[in-house]
Amino acid sequence: MTVTDQKSGGSPSGSNGRSSVAGGFLRWWLQSWHPIVFLAVVIVLWWLVTAQGWVQPYIIPAPSDTWAAFAENAEYLLQHTWVTTYETLIGFAIAGVAGLLVAVIMVYSKGLEKTFYPVILFAQVIPKIAIAPLFIVWLGFGAAPKILVAVLMAFFPVVISGLAGLRSVDPEILQLVSTMGASRLKVLLKVRLPAALPELLSGLKVAATLAVTGAVVGEFVGANEGLGYVILQANGILDTAMLFAALIIMSVMGVVLFAIIQIAEKFLIPWHASRRDVAAATVRF
Amino acid sequence: MTEVVDTSTVLQVSDLSITFASKRGRVSALEGIDLDVQAGEFITIAGPSGCGKSTLLKAVAGLTAPSGGSVHLRGDPVTGPRQDIGFVFQRAALLEWRNVRGNILLQAEMRGMNMRKAQERTDELIEMTGLSGFERALPHELSGGMQQRVSLCRALLHEPRVLLMDEPFGALDALTRERMNVEFNRIWSQTGTSVLLVTHSVAEAVYLASRVVVMSPRPGRIIEEHVVDLPARRDYAETLESSEFHRVSSRVRELLGSPSDAD
Repeated sequence: MTVTDQKSGGSPSGSNGRSSVAGGFLRWWLQSWHPIVFLAVVIVLWWLVTAQGWVQPYIIPAPSDTWAAFAENAEYLLQHTWVTTYETLIGFAIAGVAGLLVAVIMVYSKGLEKTFYPVILFAQVIPKIAIAPLFIVWLGFGAAPKILVAVLMAFFPVVISGLAGLRSVDPEILQLVSTMGASRLKVLLKVRLPAALPELLSGLKVAATLAVTGAVVGEFVGANEGLGYVILQANGILDTAMLFAALIIMSVMGVVLFAIIQIAEKFLIPWHASRRDVAAATVRF
Repeated sequence: MTEVVDTSTVLQVSDLSITFASKRGRVSALEGIDLDVQAGEFITIAGPSGCGKSTLLKAVAGLTAPSGGSVHLRGDPVTGPRQDIGFVFQRAALLEWRNVRGNILLQAEMRGMNMRKAQERTDELIEMTGLSGFERALPHELSGGMQQRVSLCRALLHEPRVLLMDEPFGALDALTRERMNVEFNRIWSQTGTSVLLVTHSVAEAVYLASRVVVMSPRPGRIIEEHVVDLPARRDYAETLESSEFHRVSSRVRELLGSPSDAD
């Protein structure tokens, strides 16, 4: 570790005549060493705690055992990861589209806003774990109830951020376009939606992480596949290593989804203040 | 005012009054405003802050409904947002995600204008306002003065008969403002549009105007009007030293009750 060179990210690459690959790597390292080092420290501590026998393996499994759980059950884990990923993505997509649609409707109609808002708020404050059994009764044991919980979890931040974003348009710009005789649809597509993107993308990032939680909550309540099911199974036989493996996969899923949106931001809103002057905006995870 | 002397009335404001409902009761913003603007005239409206100058512009644009009286633009009563005008705000009000060209062309896209013509006109306007070389720059990469030029181009793209400007240069520093005044004088003399420009700078009001309208504060009334008897195309230094400029500006200053120029 080149701890001597601890300048934080953003410094121009000092490619001192070396190959561009090495220069690129150095630059990447300078920008992203923080979490990597932190993660390494956590793993070392984790290893220390278990290797010294300070904690029983059924409480916290050793890193090596967790790795073994990954390696030995790769196919099993992959299969269930796919199920949860599928539920999460579908749930997220539905929540994204429906949330934006509701936000648009609420921006254009005061009456509908007043009608919808309490209902949406109500749906948000219901503990999802408590309502999930009902969805099983309604929709059976398939993917549908899990998707529905994911939608329900992810929906709210999309509506709220969409609403805030659509309203963030400079009122003078709206007055201006009203003198241009444009249709509402044109104003929505060319002015309101682009202006809403920064807020909306923030909301989508939150929604993405919640969609994962939603899918797993759905699986907890009644499922025979998916990572939630894997966790319940592992828990039942005190297989903590497997449990840890499933937990890590879930977290990675959430982070990857989040990171995808972060990258999308780079292309969708390069003009926005939050993205200005970010030299080589790499996703820092 | 440039080639053909067209004396038709473009804008007719008669006995216009506007009151707003506020928490402390009704506030009268404008009262008994009478104003006729001929084609090609440059009217500047000078007055202290809060005298309803901006409200007057918005009423002409159809963005604010009158409480009494009427506004006729090119013969038709103004009842809603008018499309035959160009509007420039104090802040440039540009779309952050569109570059200079894109911001100017917004006007054409929203109106469904012929895009090829609009492109050509955009090129002309960019050239005329000295924005050449910055076509692809985003608003945040431009100075305040340049942003305002973009806003001006956008307002001129559809060749409006009337240009409404609400303190367009008010947010600029004094030097940039002077330069914009000079440039705008040239642009106006080239386009021949009627302009209604609100300002609280006496020098700006008198330098730009063919007629200066002075308003009183709360409720906004027109106190006096002064024709500035100088050629349309004006040299800045020469104009500021002319006796006509002095005559009008000292009177305007007297009316506004300020010993020196606010800006």
